Amino acid sequence: MSIAEMARAASGTTRGGAAERAAGARPAIRWLLLAVGLTAALAMPWVMYPPIAFDIACFALLAVSVDLLLGYTGLLSFGHAAFWGTAAYTATLVSLQTGAPFPLAVLAGMVAAAVLSVPIGYLAVKRTGIYFAMVTLAFAQMIFFLANQWRSVTGGENGLVGPARELFNMDLSDPFFFYYAGLPFILLGLLAAWRVVRSPFGRVLVAIRDNPSRARALGYPVHQYKLGVFVISASLAGLAGGLFAISHGFASLQEVYWTTSGKAVMIVVLGGMGTLWGSVIGAYLVVQLEYFLSDAGFEEIGIVTGSIFVLVVLLFRRGIWGTARHTLEKLQRRRE
Amino acid sequence: MPDSAEAADIPQAVLAAPAALTARGLAKQFRGFRAVDGVDLSVAEGSVHALVGPNGAGKTTLFNLLSGFIAPSAGQILLGDRDITGLAPEQIARLGVARSFQITNLFPMLTAREHVELALAGRAGQGFMFWRSDRLLIEHADRAEELLASVGLEHAATVPADTLPYGQKRALELALALALDPKVLLLDEPTAGMGAEDVDRTVELIGRVRAGRTVVLVEHNMNVVASLADRVTVLQLGQVLIEGEYAEVRDDPQVVAAYLGEPDAAH
Repeated sequence: MSIAEMARAASGTTRGGAAERAAGARPAIRWLLLAVGLTAALAMPWVMYPPIAFDIACFALLAVSVDLLLGYTGLLSFGHAAFWGTAAYTATLVSLQTGAPFPLAVLAGMVAAAVLSVPIGYLAVKRTGIYFAMVTLAFAQMIFFLANQWRSVTGGENGLVGPARELFNMDLSDPFFFYYAGLPFILLGLLAAWRVVRSPFGRVLVAIRDNPSRARALGYPVHQYKLGVFVISASLAGLAGGLFAISHGFASLQEVYWTTSGKAVMIVVLGGMGTLWGSVIGAYLVVQLEYFLSDAGFEEIGIVTGSIFVLVVLLFRRGIWGTARHTLEKLQRRRE
Repeated sequence: MPDSAEAADIPQAVLAAPAALTARGLAKQFRGFRAVDGVDLSVAEGSVHALVGPNGAGKTTLFNLLSGFIAPSAGQILLGDRDITGLAPEQIARLGVARSFQITNLFPMLTAREHVELALAGRAGQGFMFWRSDRLLIEHADRAEELLASVGLEHAATVPADTLPYGQKRALELALALALDPKVLLLDEPTAGMGAEDVDRTVELIGRVRAGRTVVLVEHNMNVVASLADRVTVLQLGQVLIEGEYAEVRDDPQVVAAYLGEPDAAH
């Protein structure tokens, strides 16, 4: 089974386009979900350690950016750490060197990620399947070695410590307050991803995922579309990475390491490819689990998360959100 | 819609017409096997040109060459006066050459109408609009339903294409190609696997949509060829065996030996 076929299977049966959605009763459920999600996002720092809450938000956006490629275009990027990490370093550097307010520093990181994604994407979209994954991984490893070697800029394995967080002379060093300062940018990123998925462009992406040669016969330049979504995806990953680094006041090699790319892919598959919501739920579960395990003094976190990942792939190919939706749809159909 | 008297006049008109699509010395070699071996083909503007030949004659490879899905090993392809050799399929599609596929080749997650809307949106240059809602595509719904109705799929607009019966999938293929409003229509076995009624409808439809277009047709059903084609090119082992009007070709001894020798296929 190819990656594109897996993504199609996970993202559901016939999604129904704009007309079908408008006719159906689904919008009510969608608004309800949105209300629940927003409430949860606003409530998180009250019920958990605020830095963890913001980590969840950042990884949710990173996973959503990976899902744009994996779930909606059928491209498995195993190199999103390159964009997340480049933005993390850039945002920290800009904020150190210029003292710019953090949104500008994050924006600079996002731009850096987008610029980097053009050549990488240009070369990667000529490949599909596992070869695409290998090309993205190879470039991400190059960025990792660059970050490791270029100590004068990145601090090597010591990392780069950023300045104190503030905005318009407001002290945001308390993670509780920074959460609410950073959350709007995460939500904007998620909104952008949603817009892309539910746009004519998004419709073409799914068509390309399901049948690239047919899309070409209809006159759609498949490589250009893939490059387009790759740059959008990298920008969102950059937005998430920049915010993550600012929130920690620190950019480290971990940000460009391949395990960060792997974690993002794992979150997407766990939550459900091609569902957006799944990535958000998956980010919550994975980040919480990792925090719980490390808090309990457990050293080999990767063994636990990796095993769960393998189980999900074997038992629930649709992931959490995909399986839930599939089950509900089946029940609904049976009632009809 | 040409009536039968006009239809009979087409061959004469066609002979004088310039070529809409030309292949010169076109060849494709797969690991030493020459699937298409030096084909010269001139498809007159406004004609229906059928490619026939036994299995393995190179018809589908020739189609893939003409539509850019594979690059030729040698030779040249002209669309009008324009050299389109080596262009990508999407570029050729945008220049006005639409193709259908022999093996049904659709988007499993889309309804029939969404298929056609997708094709229409591409022509309207809306495909890259990532900042707009996909409700934008609803503006094509009327045209899409019109096209679906023209291929007899008016009842199937909101049905997932995956669940359509085979004959209707073929009809949707045709609607998709028509949605591009092409100058040249390449139809790869449009009636393959259809029941008699669907075949008649498809023949009638092609007869209708050929107005103002050039149609190249790969077809095994000789009744379809007889009723539609102005010119017939017979391919064998990747080469042109003979070209002419259906009646001449049918009676040619070489053709009888190579292909129409099977009496069932001839009629």
